[in-house]
Amino acid sequence: MSDTPIIDIQNLSIGFTGRSGATLPVLRDVSLSIRAGESIGLVGESGSGKSTLALAAMGFLKGGLRKLSGRVCFRGDDMFARSRDELETIRGGRLGLIPQNSGQALTPTMRIGTQLKEALRLHCLSVPTEQHQEVAHNLLAQVRLPDPNVILQRFPHELSGGQQQRVAIAMALAGEPEALLLDEPTTGLDVTTQAHILQLLNDLAAERNMAMLYVSHDLGVIARSCARVAVMYAGQIVLDGPATEVLRTPSHPYPKGLLASIPRLGDRRLPVALEGRPPPPGGDGEGCAYAPRCPLAEVRCSEAPPHPVPDSLGGIVRCFRAADTLHASMDHGRHEPVHHSPDGQPALSLKDISLSYRSLGLIDRMRGVSEPVPTVDDIDLTIARGETLGLVGESGSGKSTILKAIAGLLPPRAGNICVADEINLPPVVEKRTPEQLRRIQMIFQNPDESLNPRQTIAEIIAQPLRLYDRLDGQALHDRSVALLETVRLSAHYMDRLPSQLSGGEKQRVAVARAFAAEPEIVLCDEVTSALDVSVQAAVLDLLNDLKCSQNTTYVFVSHDLAVVRALSDRVAVLYQGRLCEYGPTEHVYGDVSHPYTDILLGAVLEPDPDTAPKLCAEDVVELSPPALGCPFQRRCPRRLGAICDQQVPPWQEGADGHMIRCHIPREELCIDTQAQTAAE
Amino acid sequence: MTELILRRLALGLVTVWMVSVIIFMGIEALPGDACTAFLERDAQGEVLERCREQLGLNQSATQRYLAWATGALQGDLGVSANGNTTIAAEVALRVKNSILLAAGALSVGVPLAIFLGVFTGLWRDKFPDIFFSTGAIFAMTIPEFVAATIITLIFSIWLGLFPAVVLTPADAPPLDFFPEFVPAAIVLTLVMVAHIMRMVRSSVIEVMTSDYIQMAQLKGVPYWQMVFRHALPSALLPAINIVALTIAWLLGGVVVVEVVFNYPGLGRMMIDAISDRDLPVIQAIAILVAATYVGINLLADLLTILLNPRMRTQHLRRK
Repeated sequence: MSDTPIIDIQNLSIGFTGRSGATLPVLRDVSLSIRAGESIGLVGESGSGKSTLALAAMGFLKGGLRKLSGRVCFRGDDMFARSRDELETIRGGRLGLIPQNSGQALTPTMRIGTQLKEALRLHCLSVPTEQHQEVAHNLLAQVRLPDPNVILQRFPHELSGGQQQRVAIAMALAGEPEALLLDEPTTGLDVTTQAHILQLLNDLAAERNMAMLYVSHDLGVIARSCARVAVMYAGQIVLDGPATEVLRTPSHPYPKGLLASIPRLGDRRLPVALEGRPPPPGGDGEGCAYAPRCPLAEVRCSEAPPHPVPDSLGGIVRCFRAADTLHASMDHGRHEPVHHSPDGQPALSLKDISLSYRSLGLIDRMRGVSEPVPTVDDIDLTIARGETLGLVGESGSGKSTILKAIAGLLPPRAGNICVADEINLPPVVEKRTPEQLRRIQMIFQNPDESLNPRQTIAEIIAQPLRLYDRLDGQALHDRSVALLETVRLSAHYMDRLPSQLSGGEKQRVAVARAFAAEPEIVLCDEVTSALDVSVQAAVLDLLNDLKCSQNTTYVFVSHDLAVVRALSDRVAVLYQGRLCEYGPTEHVYGDVSHPYTDILLGAVLEPDPDTAPKLCAEDVVELSPPALGCPFQRRCPRRLGAICDQQVPPWQEGADGHMIRCHIPREELCIDTQAQTAAE
Repeated sequence: MTELILRRLALGLVTVWMVSVIIFMGIEALPGDACTAFLERDAQGEVLERCREQLGLNQSATQRYLAWATGALQGDLGVSANGNTTIAAEVALRVKNSILLAAGALSVGVPLAIFLGVFTGLWRDKFPDIFFSTGAIFAMTIPEFVAATIITLIFSIWLGLFPAVVLTPADAPPLDFFPEFVPAAIVLTLVMVAHIMRMVRSSVIEVMTSDYIQMAQLKGVPYWQMVFRHALPSALLPAINIVALTIAWLLGGVVVVEVVFNYPGLGRMMIDAISDRDLPVIQAIAILVAATYVGINLLADLLTILLNPRMRTQHLRRK
């Protein structure tokens, strides 16, 4: 029984009809089979066809796509040959899907209980209707949701992202599936939540002997969950092998390059970017699709496509040079980022900043409503010229809120912001002079939203040049071209629209726009989060180079601790808008740290099958910070007692200005001591 | 929730009050007054003086506004300048007739529009959608008086089913208007269905392409169950507001249609008052229409909040 695969995909090709009328394939000759109890990871950059493949396994194609050839079998029967009724019985029943964004995948107008009971009614015919309430309750308990009875009554939007994901898992379990397809199951969740969800999924898979197909761009997630990994590139599986092989010594140059482009917690060096960009969907099949980007490519690679062959480590690879790839090094490009030691000249200082999105209206004040607890409070930071400050924390920790305040988009409720010698910087952006505005520039998370889609690149870059430097005509053009060159884009990009650029190129344009003003301070808000890892490395490298050449100060916000480590000189850890710890990067990532920093660092998933995250804190979400005491009191694994609830902890200073705000004495905050306490 | 209703109600009252001030000022700005309009050529000298004294027009504008406003608050809208009936009684009659016409159009139009909107949305770009969507654009672009003429031609002249104009007096009991008011109701239904249908259609299309509908499909929810349980509750929410606007439009007097069919509703009363320069009546109707718009939109907003779980929590949390 266990020898016949549950899902068997044979030579599947899927495509769409392009504008020219030609058929453009998005999946080309893909074969993959999954047996009971097996967990397979499907990785690749965006656009590689991995989600299309997962949905095709359910017999579902998005609008416009059609099957060109091949078969998708579930338990021996072709999914594309089945009737609608049969598909409806299998989908959500024996074959479950856990969607990428459960917040949008749960029906907003139906209560969780109603949706769960609907799944039971459709797929769990053996259980009588009267027991559905009870079964739904048990399912929620099984996915470790607190208070299942309360959750059953809730609407999807009343739950946190992690809770929504758990509900989606419970819903898939309701049909007692034999196989689960997981489409980026933890993308968009906080690191701490992500680690917990993956642990839950692993436990469930083992308990129920389910087959799992994980689709993810995150090699860390795959490393945590899968024994076998398939790597997709341009609609093909280029390497399919044991996780240890694919994630350590891949025999295909693409995953090898991908691994080198990931920043690691334990490695201070900057990752190496993959050159070039993936071909557009439906690129013609002359030769190997990866050949144009491949450092090992030979003439034959671009003449005929390589066929899948077994490699020496038990995988199947599509590469002529698999044997050479195993020994080739692609890590040599990693170099140390340049770090400036603070020269004492402050570029930016935040003095006792307190921020709040809600202010009291006249009526509230007349009725004597008390001021709400501020979203961000008591932030006291100084950043020296040329230094990079990393701000880390979970979502809702106030990282981006602080950037907004510096940029003048959210006036602080208390405290003040000084830029270098400018003591009285107006808090609102409208009141700042052009000269003051020039000194602070911002780069946003998503270049699709921060670049005007109707302006050409030339117009986008010209704006700050016209505004701050009053450039015009030839001078304007020359300066624009020079700026594009500094972000490694050639002059022929000038006439293009943002939609004609790839994600990484768009973000470079956003960087160029920020640097056009010749700013002293650049605020980076999750600038690499929307990018693929291979592109992320290139943007990080670019930011590092610009920092060296222009002596710019960065405030770098990211949820990715490895990225922050690669770029920052100093790091500040935020929880619920309050500082827990700050200091030189080496110290914050070192042995002595705040319990919250420990949890954050412990939850990071490394793309290595042998490292497991530490799960210490509950992944609950708090709506607002406590009014009294330590902000972290409710989730702290090392809570001392009443003192944490009532008194704000003191700052404890260590070497090089490394500050930790905790009641536990500094000596006991060492990771080793913690391991001991945990053992006892 | 109660706080929200009270707050919105207070805002609505302020709106109506502001409308009343603006209308009053507008009428003040017009040359002449009720007396010059009523007396026509005799409007001079002592006659005019006496008339003004009688109607209280010799007082200052502020005083007159206050007097009018206190009266209006007590339901006394004054006396028509050229008649002996109170405006309140006359307006009440017309309101009743307008409601009758609106109810006729709405009871057929709203269900039909929603059905067609859902139908065309689900069959997007297929033949029935193209047919009805094109028809809707026609119904929206043809002016009401042209539609009214065509309807009269078809139903009254060719088929001879209904009289072409309404001859029943304004104060007749509602049943007497049947079947005379049917052609007018048909014209209104046509325009209304087109608007609501297009709105519902685009909303259905948007919801049907959402992540949660794709997910419902992949959870194995049968098609019609998916449409009724997962898609329509969200897709029909925006319809509430457009239906409310339609109701307000119908009650506020559909001037052209009422004039064409000689229907004694609020719209025709307004037109008559304007040609007679019967300022107190204009003022009364304008306030009434403004209050109707405010009231119905308030109801629609509250209904949307009640039916939309997201907005409900948002507003409940805000207390």
